[in-house]
Amino acid sequence: MLDGITLGQYVPTESPIHNLDPRTKIISSVLLIVVLFLVEGFQGYLLIGLGILGIIAAARLPLGFVLKGLRPLRLILLITLLLHLFMTEGREIARLGPLVVTYEGFNKGVLMTLRLGLLVLATSLLTLTTSPIRLTDGLEDLLNPFKRVGLPAHELAMMMTIALRFIPTLFEETEKIMKAQKARGADFESGKLSQRAKNLVPLLVPLFVSAFRRADELAIAMEARCYRGGEGRTKLHTLQMTRADYLAILLLTAGVIVIAVVF
Amino acid sequence: MSRLLEVRDLTHSYLTRTGEEVEALRKVSLEVGAGEFVAIVGHNGSGKSTLAKHLNALLLPSTGVVFVDGLDTSVPENLWEVRQRVGMVFQNPDNQLVATTVEEDVAFGPENLGVPSAEIRKRVDEALAVVEMSEFATRPPHNLSGGQKQRVAIAGVLAMRPKCIVLDEPTAMLDPKGRQEVLRTVQRLNAEESMTVVWITHFMNEAAQADRVLVMQEGRIAIEGSPRQVFSRVEELKELHLDVPQVTELAFLLNKAGLPVSPELLCEEELVSILVDKLAG
Repeated sequence: MLDGITLGQYVPTESPIHNLDPRTKIISSVLLIVVLFLVEGFQGYLLIGLGILGIIAAARLPLGFVLKGLRPLRLILLITLLLHLFMTEGREIARLGPLVVTYEGFNKGVLMTLRLGLLVLATSLLTLTTSPIRLTDGLEDLLNPFKRVGLPAHELAMMMTIALRFIPTLFEETEKIMKAQKARGADFESGKLSQRAKNLVPLLVPLFVSAFRRADELAIAMEARCYRGGEGRTKLHTLQMTRADYLAILLLTAGVIVIAVVF
Repeated sequence: MSRLLEVRDLTHSYLTRTGEEVEALRKVSLEVGAGEFVAIVGHNGSGKSTLAKHLNALLLPSTGVVFVDGLDTSVPENLWEVRQRVGMVFQNPDNQLVATTVEEDVAFGPENLGVPSAEIRKRVDEALAVVEMSEFATRPPHNLSGGQKQRVAIAGVLAMRPKCIVLDEPTAMLDPKGRQEVLRTVQRLNAEESMTVVWITHFMNEAAQADRVLVMQEGRIAIEGSPRQVFSRVEELKELHLDVPQVTELAFLLNKAGLPVSPELLCEEELVSILVDKLAG
């Protein structure tokens, strides 16, 4: 069903970027996002773009594959470009009937599209090079300090883990129910949109019922294995910051500061 | 043999949604010795699962007491000690695996117990080796077969270093091959590591492998004894709408027809050799 979406799918290869601590990568992504919003100029974006290309190369990811991740967003990118192109006031450089293209609009449109594209690329790099488990571990650790203000860091991470664990299981189940309902004459493929949405009810109801039953059984199984929340819990895989991690963050921070100040 | 589990006069009742009180267990008493392999059989609604859930304090007695290794399960301070000592494996293999890889799932129990990372690593590797799933350590569990998933679930329990494993119909959703895998794994644990096993099932040929069989009916223990003793009571079992292993039934019928065949037979080879002897003689 969701085949062909490459945006953010983990690519398990060996590379220095893959081996970095997930916390390093999360912090780096945040830094990249911040600098993308600070910079307002082509030279800055050019440098950031080159930096991202460098990271892609270091992560040994096929460039085509990474760029393909932008495809589901092509419509949004196009609309952003067009809106800015035609809706900005300023010096006229071209006219298309009632639509006026301005110099300022052209500039802003290209910049905004670049910003959005680079934003998506930068964040997808995180999930492309980090397995979901490590990502969850990293998030939990980074959110831990916010526990004091009531943020349920461990619970959030546990929810993510369970969701990841059950997505394939529920997918399989969806297919099974679909086949069973088709065998009983259900039609999921034809008709108007409203009709098709209505036809999904006999699929969704059993799916939800079974998901709740699963949740109930899983909760009991977790309790039977002494689960009592994050308090006093240890981990099989502990996170370890290495020299490479500190170096990566240092380099990136330096780069970000330079770009933000100069441009 | 020292006593590991002790259930005395256990009654469990609960209210249904319509406000009726249902007695799922009525004055059940039972003891399980360390290293024993006990099978509990009975119909749906006979109370066998309810009994199982009392053995690691997932349910607490309405009246009566349950002791695990000398610990009273109804004392809140004992809760986690009890659950660590008695591991549970459930019927649905999908709904008891928590993590996205096999090894992370096996680690879940010890992680909850606060075991140090290096020790968890050791326990996970050992547990996976015992159930012969080491090569799948880094795989996601949803691609495994049912029997493999149940073996991972068993490993997850073993990693907590329990004294007893309670398996609540662990083979009900498996194909014959998976059933064999799981039964053999547990039998090996019982024989080689002298792990205490409580095996709940409605497959009589599985129950025949146990040291002792309990037959439950309407919240009570109806028949109790060695598999030979229990299954030789063919007529009583039939009254309870339970099957007996085919061999036992044949032996029983031969015995009833006047042939000198003991009705306490459990394996085909035994019966074959007796019949061959009789025919030759």
